[in-house]
Amino acid sequence: MLENLRLAFRGIWTHKLRSFLTMLGIIIGIAAIIAIVSTIEGTNQQIKENLIGSGSNTVDIQLYQNDWPLDLSYSDAPYGVPQVSDEALSEIRDLDEVKSASKYANRQIYDGVYYLNNSMNGGYVKGVETDYFSTANLTVKEGRLFTVDELEDYKKVCVIDDGVVEELLHNDEPIGKILEIQGDSYVVIGVVASRSTFEPTINSISDYETYMQDESGTVYIPLSTWPISYKYDEPENVLVRANSTDDMTAAGKKTADIMNSYINPTDDTIKYQSKDLLEQAQQLQQLSSSTNSMLIWIAAISLLVGGIGVMNIMLVSVTERTAEIGLKKAIGARKGKIMGQFLTEAAVLTSMGGVLGVASGIGLAQIISIMSGTPVAISWPAAFIAVVFSMVIGIVFGILPSHQAANLNPIDALRTN
Amino acid sequence: MIVKLENIYKVYGESGTETSVPALNDVSLTVNEGEYVAIMGPSGSGKSTLMNVIGCLDKPTSGVYYFEDKDVLKLKDRQMSDLRLHSIGFVFQSFYLMNEENAIENVALPLSYAGVPKKERERRAIEALTRVGLADRVKFRPDQLSGGQKQRVAIARAIVNNPKVLLADEPTGALDQKSGAAIMDLFEKLNEEGTTIIMITHDANIASHAKKTYRIVDGKLYHGLEEDKE
Repeated sequence: MLENLRLAFRGIWTHKLRSFLTMLGIIIGIAAIIAIVSTIEGTNQQIKENLIGSGSNTVDIQLYQNDWPLDLSYSDAPYGVPQVSDEALSEIRDLDEVKSASKYANRQIYDGVYYLNNSMNGGYVKGVETDYFSTANLTVKEGRLFTVDELEDYKKVCVIDDGVVEELLHNDEPIGKILEIQGDSYVVIGVVASRSTFEPTINSISDYETYMQDESGTVYIPLSTWPISYKYDEPENVLVRANSTDDMTAAGKKTADIMNSYINPTDDTIKYQSKDLLEQAQQLQQLSSSTNSMLIWIAAISLLVGGIGVMNIMLVSVTERTAEIGLKKAIGARKGKIMGQFLTEAAVLTSMGGVLGVASGIGLAQIISIMSGTPVAISWPAAFIAVVFSMVIGIVFGILPSHQAANLNPIDALRTN
Repeated sequence: MIVKLENIYKVYGESGTETSVPALNDVSLTVNEGEYVAIMGPSGSGKSTLMNVIGCLDKPTSGVYYFEDKDVLKLKDRQMSDLRLHSIGFVFQSFYLMNEENAIENVALPLSYAGVPKKERERRAIEALTRVGLADRVKFRPDQLSGGQKQRVAIARAIVNNPKVLLADEPTGALDQKSGAAIMDLFEKLNEEGTTIIMITHDANIASHAKKTYRIVDGKLYHGLEEDKE
């Protein structure tokens, strides 16, 4: 075996240019596959990180009417949906998958939030309790968060995120400024970092639905003051933080089940649903993978063509080395030995092509990343599989030439020289 | 007795038809251990066919061939390979050396097919090269050697596995007279050391170095080099 490897490397080195040209088909095919896979992986990781937020693991459980989150700006509070009780909340906090949970009220901003003459285009107002910020993993950038006293004393204070600072305050110093919310004045006491700085490409309504609720531009007011500006007894939502990313789906579904057990709406299209970002991320990932899997098929065809090229050159090589093969057979090499030698040479040739292909594929992926701005994640298992696959191509397409070499008649083979 | 041919026929083409050509016609030959035999014949006489049959590269159409105790006509392809590997050393007119490999690697080739470990292969290759007088050229590649030296490397490769028979086909055909004579001296030396040699040639002078001579004419084998000696 070692002897065969030595002979194979020597054979390849003796015909450097020819070997390289033979490998080229494999190199291009493998490079294309590695570049595509790396780009898919990169895009998938980006989708996951942007949607889920790396490490925050939060799941929103909101009240839905059919497929849309219920927003009381448009409709009256539904019958049979009480506010989230402490009992329900503690039941949720006892779930194995849940690390923390906090209830909140939520409105989309269409009108009614002003600073001087500025107003917001979209965004949210959320009525929250003090533990909401830690559950949502929001960090203070400036000022401070609500105190328990402020919450209990119905203080009209608010915390805004940097999206609001930019859009509503036009980047004025925010602390101490007064916002008008539904006609009431609220003092800005703190700024939190918005959860996402991601700017998604929106191609469809479902993309919009997915990203819309995650975009920045949220004003947080104490949940206790919510009825002052909005409605009394409004249904609330719950934000839970799962123990791990993998627990998100289960945490969301179980929380929704618990909350649905506490409500008894007359309209049975109304129920709590988890807005599972992981699930959405996976759907988006599948979408990007399926479009790219077409490209992989095209690259696979180039590998097939590369394999045929290898077979062709190996056949030429067998013809050229007829005398060598004849001599080896004459001095007692069994068929298997000759076959092994040529199969090894084909496998080494295509494996080298595979390694070079992986290297150029990684380079290509980096170039694509720089040109188009998509991130790249090099998948080492994919690289390993690519090299093994190239070797298999060499063996498969080397069988015919090796078989031909092994079956040469030594007398005829020696006579040709 | 090492080689025993009895009533060997080799017919090319379909036998009995007009196109059939008998390359060997009722050939019988016995070679004993330690003998040095030359078979002389002009081209087209059937000497190459005889060499292929003796060398177990080809099977005769009919007749009996025993190599030691083995009935060659009954051997399978794989067994023929093993017989050639372990019992026959080939020397060809045009050497057939691997140009990319040095002398040691060329000589060690049959040992690698026999499954001899690398260190041992190298040791035995150097030993064989020393026997043919190339101890100082073991790392040279064929293109760095003269014709006579190349043939010595080929002879070293033929004897490295300690074969029962050294089978040489026109061993001096590609060499000048001086180198050819040196090869003949080497054959005599190897024969004195106990190697059985069968040499096939068209050259009566070369054939006369052997202790026992035959000539082949139109597929028939005769004793001696001269017609009247038969």
